[in-house]
This record gives sequence, structure tokens and C-alpha cells, in this order.
Amino acid sequence: MTRQEIRQAIIDILADIAPDEDTANLKDDVSLRDQLGLDSMDFLDIVMELRKRYNVEVPSSDYPQLATMTSCLDYLSPKMA
Amino acid sequence: MPKDQLQGIKSEYDVIVIGSGLAGLTCANILGRMGRRVLVLEHHYQLGGMATWFKRKRGHIFDISLHGFPFGMVKSCKRYWSEDIANRIEPIRGIRFDNPQFSFETTYDRKDFTRILVERFQQPLERVEAFFDKARSFNFYDDDGTTTGQFLERCFPGRNDVHRLLMEPIAYANGSTLDDPALSFGIVFSNFMSKGVYIFKGGTDLMIGLMKKELIRNGVDIRIYSDVERVLVEEGRVTGVVCNGRSIRARSVVSNANLRGTIQRLVGEEHFAPEFLEQARRVRLSSSSCQVYMGLKPGESFDYLGDLFFTSTLDHFDSVALCAKEVTSRTFSCYYPDTRPGSDRYSIVSSTNANWDDWANLPPEEYEREKAKLIEDTICALERYLPDIRGKLDWIEAATPGTFSRYTKTVHGATFGTKFEGLSVSKAIPEQIAGLWHAGSVGIIMSGWLGTINYGVIVSNEVDSYLSRTNTVRATEEV
Repeated sequence: MTRQEIRQAIIDILADIAPDEDTANLKDDVSLRDQLGLDSMDFLDIVMELRKRYNVEVPSSDYPQLATMTSCLDYLSPKMA
Repeated sequence: MPKDQLQGIKSEYDVIVIGSGLAGLTCANILGRMGRRVLVLEHHYQLGGMATWFKRKRGHIFDISLHGFPFGMVKSCKRYWSEDIANRIEPIRGIRFDNPQFSFETTYDRKDFTRILVERFQQPLERVEAFFDKARSFNFYDDDGTTTGQFLERCFPGRNDVHRLLMEPIAYANGSTLDDPALSFGIVFSNFMSKGVYIFKGGTDLMIGLMKKELIRNGVDIRIYSDVERVLVEEGRVTGVVCNGRSIRARSVVSNANLRGTIQRLVGEEHFAPEFLEQARRVRLSSSSCQVYMGLKPGESFDYLGDLFFTSTLDHFDSVALCAKEVTSRTFSCYYPDTRPGSDRYSIVSSTNANWDDWANLPPEEYEREKAKLIEDTICALERYLPDIRGKLDWIEAATPGTFSRYTKTVHGATFGTKFEGLSVSKAIPEQIAGLWHAGSVGIIMSGWLGTINYGVIVSNEVDSYLSRTNTVRATEEV
């Protein structure tokens, strides 16, 4: 997947997890937690969806890598290439 | 011949869940939804664990712990169960306090508590705000050794009445004391304060019934009267369980049984490393409970008393006194007809925290006498607020730590799981035995409605990851 496709994949997951939030206009370098009001259970859901949809494994020690859209893309690109 | 409860089960499962408490059921539901082959085994005749209720003749239904959902339950139920279940969670009307230090009603949320602390307890607003912000900032992974008592004393020095206001409902909710970590208080208190306290409209029976339907819809096999005697372990890896005398193969096992019971009874200490056992033996259980269930005669009612009513005759707040056999503090959960739309029944459940040792070893006659005294004292305590209640009662009975132990098989009838140190032991179990997890009431923060649901979610993620990984290994080996 290209970086753009991965970005869209993440947005699709976020839209399911936070249906009331504006996921279309996310800023790539602001924390997802702050932009979407996500809590730790929401991040767990992101991890579960990544495994289910793309067979990508994110160990709990790597959860901090999911902080912003940019850090997500940097972290996931090699795994989802 | 007795009925074979295990009739129709598959020869192998991806996951067997032992026990059907809320953590076990939630874990099973998520894994079932992901297409895993899941079997839930429950020794009792009904699902739910401590999320339970019972029926008595003449139409009485008693809920054990229905009051006291934090708002987070709406989101967790919606996401991990169903929209329908989530939509039935509604705010309660009010929480009352009456003790020698104060007496009033509150909606039990940050806004109302701020007002009360400023106006009634004369605390400066900045101090109150600082307290709420600090309570909300606690993380479960940074325990600096501060106790709840120290934290409350630091925030509101010398104000035992304020400490009581802040701590009494939390002690009711999870059995914690002023000696437990400040972070466990901060997390649980903040969960409630975010938006107040909720209840499941329709009763625990409806909630668990809807969950059962959802589990079946997601392909989960469920068996009741199915007592797991043993978790099977070969070469450090789970291979299945023995239930009702029969072996069932499984790639992974989630124990929703009590933590200590899982290690000692179900798995056996010989399968664990000595250092781990050392750590596990140091885990303290939380206290147990006594409850008195009072059902009114059909057609009888009582005036609004709040939904939860925290009462005490003790002139100061003291965690030890909350569990003492000489009861001074009682929490009345009042169930009005609207708890179960269509019903016209009123009932009251009185709860007190209790020590296993005070009840466990009484000779039968003394036990019965103590139980009768518990009931009589409870009615007397209630008569202070509802003078004519005695004549309206139709059904009354009591549960003690022994009762909870019998129905849930928890060690020492621990109704609130373990103290804080239990969480790290629970989480470390898969490092000891591949394919085995524990998901149950532990560490104070993983107990109660929201704690157990969310712990079930956390564990389901780890189990799913394990199943994906071991599948890959197996496929490679076959090539």
C-alpha cells in the first residue's frame, strides 16, 4: 500500500471508532488523542482493527508510535508495504 | 442418567473461557465476532458471575449490583456488545448521603460535587479544581506509593468529612480503602465523576439475556452447569481444559475465575516459576460483602429515597469500620418499578463490605443467628428513614461472604477481586504459560462494571494476536 492508501485506511478505522468526530480534516502532526478525544481503549480498538483488516501486528510496546497520523504512517508503512 | 451438559460441543476450540463474569463474556463476544471458535463454560445455572440477580416466589426479583455504571459503560457496551444494550443504560436520579457529618442528595458528577465542596464544605474553588484535575491525571502504570488516604489528606487537610464524601461511594463500588493506591481511587472516581452514575434499565436479567443472544449470534458456544476442574498444560503451553470430567482441547484458555483460584486450583502451582508464585502469593484479596434483600408486598411502595443511599451512624469516616461485623454503615440500593418497565414492584438491597473471617467459620446455629441479626439490624436502620417499612415487606433474606463464595466460586467470597498488586500478576500469566490468560476482577481498577468489561477487551486483543501468530507458525510447519 502507498502512504496515501495507508492514510485512508487509518482514517476509515478512526471514522468507525469515533463516528461523531471530523476525521476528514485531520492534522497529520497533532496528536490523535487530542484531535479526536481518543482514550486508551480507542487505541486498543485501532490495534485490533489493523490486525483484522490488514493482518498487521502492533505490540503494546509500540502503541506510542500511533500518537499522530505522521507517526502512524512512518511506523506502519514498512509493515503494510 | 444426568443430562450431559457438554452435548454438542466441538472437539477443539480456539478459545475456552472459564466463567461467565462480565470480563469473560466480553472477551468471548469479541473473539466470537472475529470468527474464532469460542466456548464459554459456567459452573452456575446462570451467566453473569457477580453481574447477577435472583428470583423468588410471588414475583420478586433482586439485583445484586445493578446501580453504579460509570458513563464509560455506554461506549463499551455499544462497541463490544450492541447498540441495543448500550441504549438501555440510563442515568440514575440521585445519590443520597446521611451520616453525622452531612446529609444531602447529589447527581454525583464533577459539576455538582464542585458546587457541594465549595458551598457546603467551604473549600476554595482552586483547591477543588486542582483535586479533580490531579485525580483524573493518574495512570495505572505509575504507582508512586501514595495511598488514597495520603492523597485526600494532601488535597483536603484535616477534613475527614470531605474524605468521607469522596471515598464512601468508591468503597461501596469496589471495596477499596484509604490504604489502597491513590491512583486506583483517582481512576475509578474520575470515571464516575465524568458524567455521573447510570443503571441498566430492565434489570440485570435483561442485560445478561441480551448479551447471551449476542454471543449466540456471534457463534459462541455456551454451556452452564459446566464446572472446569483443570486447565491442561503441556510443556508450558495450554492444550485444553477438563470440565465435568471430560477433556476439551483448546488452543488458548481465558480464565475468568478468581486469580488465586486460577493459579492454585485450575492450573496448579507446579506449572509456574517460583518467583512468579512468590509474587502471586503476596496478592491480597479485596474484602467481601453482606447484602440484605427486601421485597415489598405487591401494591406497596415507599417514597423516593434516592437510587443509592449511603448511610452511616459513625461520627467519622474510617475504612476499617466499613467492613466490621458491628455494622455502622450501609448502602441502600433502591429499586423502583421503573427499573423494570411494566413492573409495579419496589425493593431495597442493603450492602455492607464484610470480612470473610468474620463469617466463614461460624458453627451453623451461630451463622443462622448472625444472619437473622444482620436482617433485623438492617430493617431497624431502614426504619429511621421509612418508619412503616417493616409492615410492607413481603420477602427478606440475606447473603454473606459464604453465599458469594458458593455462587461465584471466588476464594474467600471476594466480591471485588484483588488489591492493586493482583493486576501485574494477572497480566503476567501468559508469560508463564503460553496460551493462558486471566481476565477477571483484579487490581481495583479492573473490577466493577467498566473495569471488568474493559479488561475483557484488553485480553481479547492479546488472545487474538496469539491465535494469529500461532496459526502462522502452524501453517509454516505444515509446509
